Amino acid sequence: MSEREERIGVAPPETVAECVAALRTGTVTAAELLERSRARIAALDPEVNAFLGRTDELADRAAAAADRHLAEDPATAPPLCGVPVALKDVLCLEGWETTAGSRILRGFRPPYTATAVQRLLDAGAVVVGKANCDEFAMGSSNENSAHGPVRNPWDLGRVPGGSSGGSAAAVAARMVPLSLGTDTGGSIRQPAALCGVVGFKPTYGRVSRYGLIAFASSLDQVGPLALTVEDAALGYLLVAGHDPADGTSSPTAVEDPLPGLREGVEGLRLGVPREYFGVGLDPGVRAAVEQALDVLRSLGATLEEVSLPTTDAALSTYYIIAPAEASSNLARYDGVRFGLREGRGSLLQTYLRTRDAGFGPEVKRRIMLGTYALSSGYYDAYYRKAQKVRTLISEEFAHVFERVDAIVCPTSPVTAFPLGTRSDPLSMYLLDVLTVPVNLAGLPGVSVPCGMVGGLPAGLQVVAPRFMDARALRIAHAYEQATEWHTLRPGVEAAAT
Amino acid sequence: MSLTPDEVAHVAMLARLGLDEEETARLAVELGAILEHISKLNQVDTSQVAETAQVGGLVNVWREDEDRPPLGQRAALANAPDSDGRYFRVGQIQEQ
Repeated sequence: MSEREERIGVAPPETVAECVAALRTGTVTAAELLERSRARIAALDPEVNAFLGRTDELADRAAAAADRHLAEDPATAPPLCGVPVALKDVLCLEGWETTAGSRILRGFRPPYTATAVQRLLDAGAVVVGKANCDEFAMGSSNENSAHGPVRNPWDLGRVPGGSSGGSAAAVAARMVPLSLGTDTGGSIRQPAALCGVVGFKPTYGRVSRYGLIAFASSLDQVGPLALTVEDAALGYLLVAGHDPADGTSSPTAVEDPLPGLREGVEGLRLGVPREYFGVGLDPGVRAAVEQALDVLRSLGATLEEVSLPTTDAALSTYYIIAPAEASSNLARYDGVRFGLREGRGSLLQTYLRTRDAGFGPEVKRRIMLGTYALSSGYYDAYYRKAQKVRTLISEEFAHVFERVDAIVCPTSPVTAFPLGTRSDPLSMYLLDVLTVPVNLAGLPGVSVPCGMVGGLPAGLQVVAPRFMDARALRIAHAYEQATEWHTLRPGVEAAAT
Repeated sequence: MSLTPDEVAHVAMLARLGLDEEETARLAVELGAILEHISKLNQVDTSQVAETAQVGGLVNVWREDEDRPPLGQRAALANAPDSDGRYFRVGQIQEQ
């Protein structure tokens, strides 16, 4: 028995790599893994609320098919054959309720499946359910879900982060070893940091957005959350690649991150942006990240301070561009073709009543903000100005990447905070300050657990140049393997045993 | 900085959001505070900078113009709040 097995008494495979190995050697079946996943959900999810809906029939069929394949010919089994996964509820799954955490889409059953999801299904994954999230992926605490907040497995009185809070909590609580989230301004990386798991936002255009319910189309990207960087790298590899159904998906070849994952950081130059350690950074998080930088140095990386001077304006830029795109994307919820319909009489009354009743406060706020920024007389001052500042932000990253191979910094300025303590919208927006620049520039970014602050996880963010996704993962992996943060288990465990 | 209730009502109509008075009043204050924070952008000199249109780097993405199976009427209408089996059914569109 390994140390981990002795510690937890029983020896269930937990990571994707462990599950795959156990499935192939026949020490566990896909049906057993699914049963274990369901037992965890049954024991923990009444409190955590990571799942909005279960896809039991689909999961049973997928597990049975996986077990047949593994029994007959394990050598040809696809990479995730029999591995349970969860999908953020903004990803369409044909025939299964997909709500984006919104009342306006309650009961919506998509007529097709998102490309990223289909690729996981083709890889043999067993989809156990749809993960809770902030409504239309708008939020940093998962408190904006119409179906109730997700609670952090490390402390049930605290938020898991957002918007992929359910995807992060489900992995942290070992309900599933892998989930898909989406990241528009930090929505994979920030909840990963707050829940003590790994979250990876790929380069913009690397993963198809077809079948992803759109929030801000120039920023949205699908990515994996997992217990280890290796698992996240595999999840990423499986969903990445060109898709003719998404005109913004890149035709350039995907570099497989796995072969070079263990090459370490010796000789790499890592930039530490001084603006990311400014006011608002929790002293405990700062200390954890600074220790992480020491670890990277001890592994042979060269660290140097760099400057991204426009960082301070990135949040404002984001909170114009993202709501502007959202106000356009969410115009489709009109009570005509799908979802909720309210109001009688004229079509205009249907629009007004449906959208008032169907959207929650944060979504309305952003639609209003975006509509204002795009409206006649304000377009130049807000939207056009923001798109210019966005250019500066991208150029500053490009300039820094002439000198360094990657950037390392905190993922979130704070650890998980108590539910209900950030009711002022601006105070919530400020939490995204270290993640939004990465989306504005379309870069790959990964968050990896880097310490505990007062019993709560902190995250280290690694940002690489466009399409250098494999490099970001390699650096995160080197750090992860030199530390033990990713092996810590959240407090909710006690409730399950 | 705060928006007036009339400004909020104007934007809400553009966005087809039927806000009540309480929401309108609250949003006037909240949007004002957010816009004030956002005005920080004006401190950035962008006189020599072009707008970002996209960060994907792709130009003129084409595909072959070929027949593909459509979604189909039944699937397209399956989620409709109201339909007659052939079309979406909606309320009156024009004033009488």
